Amino acid sequence: MSRQIGDVILDLQQVSLSFGGVKALNDISFDVREHEIRAIIGPNGAGKSSMLNVINGVYRPQEGEIILRGQRCTRMNPYQAARAGISRTFQNIALFKGMNVIDNLLSGRNLKMRSNLIQQAIWWGPARREELAHRAKVEEVIDFLEIQHIRKTPVGRLPYGLQKRVDLGRALAMEPSILLLDEPMAGMNVEEKQDMCRFILDVNDQFGTTIVLIEHDMAVVMDISDRVVVLDYGRKIGDGSPDEVRANPEVISAYLGASH
Amino acid sequence: MGFFIETLIGGLMAGMLYSLVALGFVLIFKASGVFNFAQGAMVLFAALAMARFAVWIPAALDIGNPVLGTGLAFFAAAVLMFVVAWLIERLVLRHLVNQEGATLLMATLGIAYVLEGLGTSLFGSDIYKIDVGMPKDPVMILEGTFEGGLLINKEDFVAALIAAVLVGLLALFFQKTSTGRALRAVADDHQAAQSIGIPLNRIWVIVWSVAGVVALVAGVIWGSKLGVQFSLATVALRGLPVVILGGLTSIPGAIIGGLIIGVGEKLSEVYLGPMIGGGIEIWFAYQLALLFLLFRPQGLFGEKIIDRV
Repeated sequence: MSRQIGDVILDLQQVSLSFGGVKALNDISFDVREHEIRAIIGPNGAGKSSMLNVINGVYRPQEGEIILRGQRCTRMNPYQAARAGISRTFQNIALFKGMNVIDNLLSGRNLKMRSNLIQQAIWWGPARREELAHRAKVEEVIDFLEIQHIRKTPVGRLPYGLQKRVDLGRALAMEPSILLLDEPMAGMNVEEKQDMCRFILDVNDQFGTTIVLIEHDMAVVMDISDRVVVLDYGRKIGDGSPDEVRANPEVISAYLGASH
Repeated sequence: MGFFIETLIGGLMAGMLYSLVALGFVLIFKASGVFNFAQGAMVLFAALAMARFAVWIPAALDIGNPVLGTGLAFFAAAVLMFVVAWLIERLVLRHLVNQEGATLLMATLGIAYVLEGLGTSLFGSDIYKIDVGMPKDPVMILEGTFEGGLLINKEDFVAALIAAVLVGLLALFFQKTSTGRALRAVADDHQAAQSIGIPLNRIWVIVWSVAGVVALVAGVIWGSKLGVQFSLATVALRGLPVVILGGLTSIPGAIIGGLIIGVGEKLSEVYLGPMIGGGIEIWFAYQLALLFLLFRPQGLFGEKIIDRV
């Protein structure tokens, strides 16, 4: 493998999150290294999505610290997370349904746009050049994800599998350093899953993007990730390489029932 | 024939003004998914500000030129509407991110009362007149083509022209600029928009400012026709059937909806009115809106809501 796994880029320390009396996350610590693919797995209700939402700044943990590139950023909101180079996809696809694919991807370039409102309004030199440059970048992403044929289709009309791909595309258009994927393969058939796996591996390989993903499908996770965190009822019960996790008795019992 | 065309043109011009009011609703709904009940109050507030500034500013700065005085007053009123937008975001909307639509709706009701109260206490509750130099006299055109020619009200014509230009500019802004795209993104999904780095707060200030300026233009035009008074706040009610007809999310819908209602009102008043004793103009629009709600609730151009089960 050509890519080199680097230093710790994101470090979560003893993070706890509760909603009223329900402890969604209980004292969880793990780290993510630069350029790696890090998976978070666990049965339903294990706290996987909460974990992702904490990293992304949607939820603020009551306890614990989040360290991003050596800096504390526990009190971040999603906008600041985006500025810090974190982009994400959503479990229940949150695309802009009325817009076509190109516009969805272009909106992902928002943070990189520099021209001001007045320049845009009169479509003046710099604004125009900038728009064209962003458009070129978006076309690259479209080629990369092999969705040329649906470029101008409003996303609301696309089938589910393709919407997921556009969702990934919008996150990629931000050129993130860390990409969070919330169940990227949920509800897909085998072929679509294979495609998605290939895209995730290619993103990681070609752009060196660090990837944190949540997934249900154990086989997929074990195949593509470098290290895996296992959650159950908001606690961390396993952490390590896919082989280590697979051999962990606590993980086996969580997935197959205590009697096993 | 001449009379029919005259009625038609009158209807189109009135319709353009309805469109302008409806546009205020559509703008804010598109960008934040909120039905803004305060739109009428904003029209009143802007018109009051304009009416008073047009007196105060020339007096304070000793400006004799009426065009310059009016221009400055308009500019000052626009700035005031920007400040209002900023305050609304700061004090209200910022605290309601990701809340239910109904919560936001109630908040705009509150904003409406505050603006009405603030407007009358800052600018007084008398009836003012706005004079922006609109031509008042009607003109006759096409006297050769039709017997007796067509009588056109110049003031209506200028007003319709201004409204048309404004509507066109806004449509371009929404469709062609990246800020417009960000506005549409926010309208579709707050959460997703934030996660890709669209600053929700700034977007809201922009869209409420734009809606404020639209309210100002509407306020000036209606105000110079009818005088600035409290009832101006109910002008917004004329915009309601328009958005139901055109669809809450469509700028072209607001325009065409406004025109249909303007023309429908006038024609039905003139041709159906005598049969049932007149007075149709007042309720025609609402009746039409009711029919639309029954058979096509998303309006002519709105997005159809399909639930995935």
